[in-house]
Amino acid sequence: MNIILEGLVKAFWLIVSLDREVYEIMFLSLRVSGTAVMIGALLGVPSGATVGLKEFFGKRFLMSIINTLMGLPPVVVGLLVYLLLSTSGPLGVFQLLYSPEAMIIAQLIMVIPIVMGVTISSVSSVSRAIREKALSLGATDWQMTLKVLKEARLGILTALIVSFGAAISEVGAVMIVGGNIRWATRVLTTAIVFETELGEFGLAIALGLILLLLAFLINWVLTYLQWSGLRR
Amino acid sequence: MRPLIETHNLCKSYNGTDALKNVNVKVDRGEVLAVVGPSGSGKTTLLRLMNLLEMPTAGEIFFGGRDTASSDTNRLTLRRRMGMVFQQAVLFNETVYENVAYPLKIRGRFKEKNDPKVRDALKLVGLSGFEKKRAIGLSGGEAQRVALAQAMISEPELLLLDEPTVNLDPRNVSIIESVITKVNRERGTTIILATHNMLQAEELATRVAVLREGELAEIGDAKEIFRKPSDFLASFGRVLNVFTGQSQLTEGGTAIIEIGGGVKIEALTTRTGSITIFIRPEEIIVSKSPIVSSARNMLKGKVEEILDLDQSVQLKVDAGRQFTVNITKKSFQEMRINLGSEIYLSFKASSVYTV
Repeated sequence: MNIILEGLVKAFWLIVSLDREVYEIMFLSLRVSGTAVMIGALLGVPSGATVGLKEFFGKRFLMSIINTLMGLPPVVVGLLVYLLLSTSGPLGVFQLLYSPEAMIIAQLIMVIPIVMGVTISSVSSVSRAIREKALSLGATDWQMTLKVLKEARLGILTALIVSFGAAISEVGAVMIVGGNIRWATRVLTTAIVFETELGEFGLAIALGLILLLLAFLINWVLTYLQWSGLRR
Repeated sequence: MRPLIETHNLCKSYNGTDALKNVNVKVDRGEVLAVVGPSGSGKTTLLRLMNLLEMPTAGEIFFGGRDTASSDTNRLTLRRRMGMVFQQAVLFNETVYENVAYPLKIRGRFKEKNDPKVRDALKLVGLSGFEKKRAIGLSGGEAQRVALAQAMISEPELLLLDEPTVNLDPRNVSIIESVITKVNRERGTTIILATHNMLQAEELATRVAVLREGELAEIGDAKEIFRKPSDFLASFGRVLNVFTGQSQLTEGGTAIIEIGGGVKIEALTTRTGSITIFIRPEEIIVSKSPIVSSARNMLKGKVEEILDLDQSVQLKVDAGRQFTVNITKKSFQEMRINLGSEIYLSFKASSVYTV
């Protein structure tokens, strides 16, 4: 009980005193996961929309692969990216291992199937009638796709919320490819693991609180957007 | 003059079932063609093919003399010269303004906020001031009128209407019908209207095409087709007062047809034996007492049912057989007709049509 109380007090102090290391860790978390989600959205939304709207051979098979990848264990992704980026790996020449870029790549691999999967399902749920209506009014295929994406905007926002939540709370992949290097690749989750192992519960709780707070704030903003999107 | 749209042996099948079989239709500029037929007869399929939303299984469609199958770009260009209103109003989940402006936007002809064209299109369908409303909150009739404004804003040469007034209340039906007439008269928009409402087809169309199980059963002048509807047309077309009976010639060059219930009807026909006849409700004169007139038929009956039809009142009258008649609201009130009232029905021998 004492440990928790002490931890909470310390956590509070670290947060209000704007402890440099704590904030550095927080910003790196935001940067890594934010970048992964942004790139993931840029790649995943158009490709998800294409898969959702087009009929082609093997579509079902592709969709079950994407659905499987949505539940990909972060540790496995970490291992895969590690093997790709390690000096002897196929992408070793870029020397990206143990860098924030490596962490972004790992989270991107996690995020893309989520963004694609949710985009596919929300785009497919926009009725065929809406698509035909757009075409009938003279839309090109591309204009029709944009219209469908606009109709599916709530689902796509959900995709972003879900993938950001998955990315920022993930620990396995960033641990393997980032290495949890202080002042370099230490993010909230890896720091919590590290500090807990060291018995530095105050710092661990502080970081945990910040992680929760961040997740809450970002979800709150996106949910607000969702609601105004509903009314719009 | 070259027809605006023309189909050559148009066929469409879905999973081996034929929805359209060898349909040849030509529609000239400025015409209103009604496509009638029972549900499942291929009306919607024909309109969808004409709107180039689907490819025919066989046959060709020419629009403005151009083969529509030549390329996708060509199909888009041609589709942009048409407008279509679907049976179920489909609108985008945004404001009415954004919905109506969409066709301009995708054509790059959008002048941003408060485009006067959007205002005009909404005014056309009687929805001025609806700009800021959400499309999903509209009633069925309002939504269908927005869909009509959407289809008309790009000033299409051809307007395709797929049962646009089905399931709508009479007020919305009459607004939509008057818009159809207006755009045809004032803008010269060519119209193809699929409907199973004969009265609507008769009122709006210059020509009528009758579809039966995917085949073109009849096509011709609206007046002619409705004057003498075929058995098939009468069977689904809600043609009222249809009776079958034995016809016998009289010395005066007419025929007396016994239709049962002790009712004999005099008609201008030379046919004998079993025939089917019908009398249009609006050609029957209703009176409270017997009248002296040139009408060869006068029947006495009791009012069994009164139906308020917005513009007029429809009565079902038992005169041995049940007859349906339409009278204006004013006559209805002046004559003080109630359920059970005894009234007389008069109609000319020439108002009895044979099928």
